[in-house]
Amino acid sequence: MADDKVKIQEDTRKMLVKWKTKRGSLIMALHEIQGAFGYVPWDSMEVVAEELKIPMAQIYSVLTFYNHFKLTAPGKVVISICDGTACHIKGGQSVIEAFEKELGVPAGTTTEDGLFYIQIVRCLGCCGLAPVVVVNGKTYGRVTPLDAPKIVAEWRETMAKEGA
Amino acid sequence: MVKLTIDSKVVEVPEGTTILEAAKSAQIKIPTLCHHPDLPPTAACGICIVKVGNRMVRSCCTPVAEGMEVITRDPDIIEARRTVLKLTLSKHPNECLTCLKNDTCELRKLSADFGIRDTEFANITPSKEEMPLDDSTKSIVLDPRKCILCGRCVEVCQNVQNVWALSMLKRGISTHISPAADNKLGDSPCIKCGQCTAHCPTGALTERDDTQYVWSLLQDPEKYCVVQIAPAVRVAIGEAFGYKPGEITTGKIYAALRRLGFDAVFDTNFGADVTIMEEGSEFIERFVNGKGALPLITSCCPAWVDYMEKYFSDMIPHFSSCKSPHEIVGALAKTYYADKVNIPTEKMRVISIMPCTAKKFEILRSEEMFSSGFQDVDVSLTTRELARMIKQAGIDFVNLPEEEADSPLGAYTGAGTVFGFSGGVMEAALRTVHAIVTGKEMPEDALEVKPILGLDKGIKEMTMDLAGKEVRIAVAHGIGHVQALLEKVREAEQKGEEPPYHFIEVMACQGGCVGGGGQPLGVTDEIRKARMEGLMKDDRGSKQRCSHLNPDVKKLYDEFLGKPLSERSHHLLHTSYQKRELYKK
Ligand code: SF4
Ligand code: SF4
Ligand code: SF4
Ligand code: FES
Ligand code: FES
Repeated sequence: MADDKVKIQEDTRKMLVKWKTKRGSLIMALHEIQGAFGYVPWDSMEVVAEELKIPMAQIYSVLTFYNHFKLTAPGKVVISICDGTACHIKGGQSVIEAFEKELGVPAGTTTEDGLFYIQIVRCLGCCGLAPVVVVNGKTYGRVTPLDAPKIVAEWRETMAKEGA
Repeated sequence: MVKLTIDSKVVEVPEGTTILEAAKSAQIKIPTLCHHPDLPPTAACGICIVKVGNRMVRSCCTPVAEGMEVITRDPDIIEARRTVLKLTLSKHPNECLTCLKNDTCELRKLSADFGIRDTEFANITPSKEEMPLDDSTKSIVLDPRKCILCGRCVEVCQNVQNVWALSMLKRGISTHISPAADNKLGDSPCIKCGQCTAHCPTGALTERDDTQYVWSLLQDPEKYCVVQIAPAVRVAIGEAFGYKPGEITTGKIYAALRRLGFDAVFDTNFGADVTIMEEGSEFIERFVNGKGALPLITSCCPAWVDYMEKYFSDMIPHFSSCKSPHEIVGALAKTYYADKVNIPTEKMRVISIMPCTAKKFEILRSEEMFSSGFQDVDVSLTTRELARMIKQAGIDFVNLPEEEADSPLGAYTGAGTVFGFSGGVMEAALRTVHAIVTGKEMPEDALEVKPILGLDKGIKEMTMDLAGKEVRIAVAHGIGHVQALLEKVREAEQKGEEPPYHFIEVMACQGGCVGGGGQPLGVTDEIRKARMEGLMKDDRGSKQRCSHLNPDVKKLYDEFLGKPLSERSHHLLHTSYQKRELYKK
């Protein structure tokens, strides 16, 4: 968790470099943060407050005013499906659709039980294994649409064991 | 000047005046809910509407114009105002009978004035379970069910105080007042200054009421109850009994406290005199003897201390380690006094009557608040709470004969009493510092240090000659002004330059404690000023006007403490500071 925080804050700081000098860029900065993490984590807001010199109270008012912003982490199991060039050519799109069908929600959203979140990412850096899916850090290579139900079932079981 | 007519009356007012203010100058009172004279208009409620020609406008935020014809009252306007009120009431609990602010609530008053009886709108107030109270601080309570979303608290907390604890979250029907991330106030940057409670028109933000606990102490024959009153209480509590702001009622307060059953009646002004002995000596150590960081910054305001620990913890070395006056009286009551009267300390309880909500939090802020071996101050009540206790007890305050405080912690000098307003702590310190450093008393006509008094400026600066050396002084009130001041100090420090100031006084509330968050409600600059002038009068009427000339203070040092900054003083009268996070989350 502590590592997560450091990473989130580092990434956020990098993203903010270009917004720091522009006035009135809070909403755009928050938008970019959400794009990167799937939501706006508290740890990021801390960095925004510090770097853009905007009180947390104001950041939070803005975030809760617009429905667009998400304040909680997407599902506990994050399924990142690659749609980088290599994966795309090897059928990444059909893998995405298979996961969407299996979980009954479109990419970019969380399942109703809050367990799964599907996100589409760009190149994960292991194109040799394309199409690639990474689930909570575990990498699956040469994934076919038929693998989607198996992977989902595997993680359901894992999470059940962890008592989630 | 701009000429216009209001209800056919010709009115002439300066440019930029709002219709609301212009009407007031013509003895027309337009109802308001979200407007407060201290704050820029939020224009949230809509009850102040008037007609300009055929247009309905909100008078609190509409400036006058030449030739304008304003109508403040006709059937359409009254109907619109009644609708605003009824809609507001439909989201408000019907709990006036048991509400802490029922005597002053602006919503209740308007509802009475407009004769609202039945309304056609169903009441959709959430239950207490759905919308729980926030009583996470020891000082203030937020009851969101009673909030009418006027925005005053947000305005005062963010823009006047620059604390940014409260904000308006979400929108539409879900809009509510809360710290970021729906944190509790106790886990937020809140510094407990109570200015939100003083500006909230309803019972949504109030002081935490500790009167029941005090009653239980007073009724317990095993307990020996000691009480003390802060400087600013004596010129404000009278307002609850029909006195004009600023009238000094010290003798009546002492009398009322005895009738309530307190065993010893002391005065925080005595503690203020002791504070000056300690803090003045600290300043001399730093300024004359070069030991310790400059500027020295005063620390008697707990809301200010909390702010500094949260927002400017790099300033800790600059802070006076001296406790606030009521903590000093508490520590001395449970040691020096307890010994004198031979009362076992475990039976003694010290109750402070303060203009302040932050003092409720201060009494538990660190282990140094237990220097006597017990909690030095057991309860801190606001001026408002004491007024309620006096009323409850059926004491006819106005006709009480005046009484004196008890010794040895009751006698005070004019320097002790000026602690209650912005500039006063500095003034009191300079009087004593001057005498100690030069060996000569300040001449009578120099005792009032005019440039640092008054309310007109948020930051007041001056220089003074002290035995041939120039002392640079700054005084800030209203915590929102402090940031600029401290940034200057910080910058000079980082560049290795001479500090811009040698001595800084800060009070979190506008005008200082006379405008404190626990004072009688309805405060405006006029009232702050009247209370300040009351304390100035108290100072001028005092036999002694310098802390070091207080005979009981001298006795205290002779018999008990030795000298200022002695080991015993350090143990009982000083504290330390630490960096604190803004949010617990
Ligand atoms: S007590 Fe002061 S700091 Fe705390 S919420 Fe109220 S105005 Fe803000
Ligand atoms: S808490 Fe009080 S001051 Fe704040 S918005 Fe609600 S009613 Fe207004
Ligand atoms: S200025 Fe006085 S009343 Fe206000 S917070 Fe400070 S000590 Fe309390
Ligand atoms: S494109 Fe998918 S891993 Fe590179
Ligand atoms: S008082 Fe003018 S809109 Fe509320």
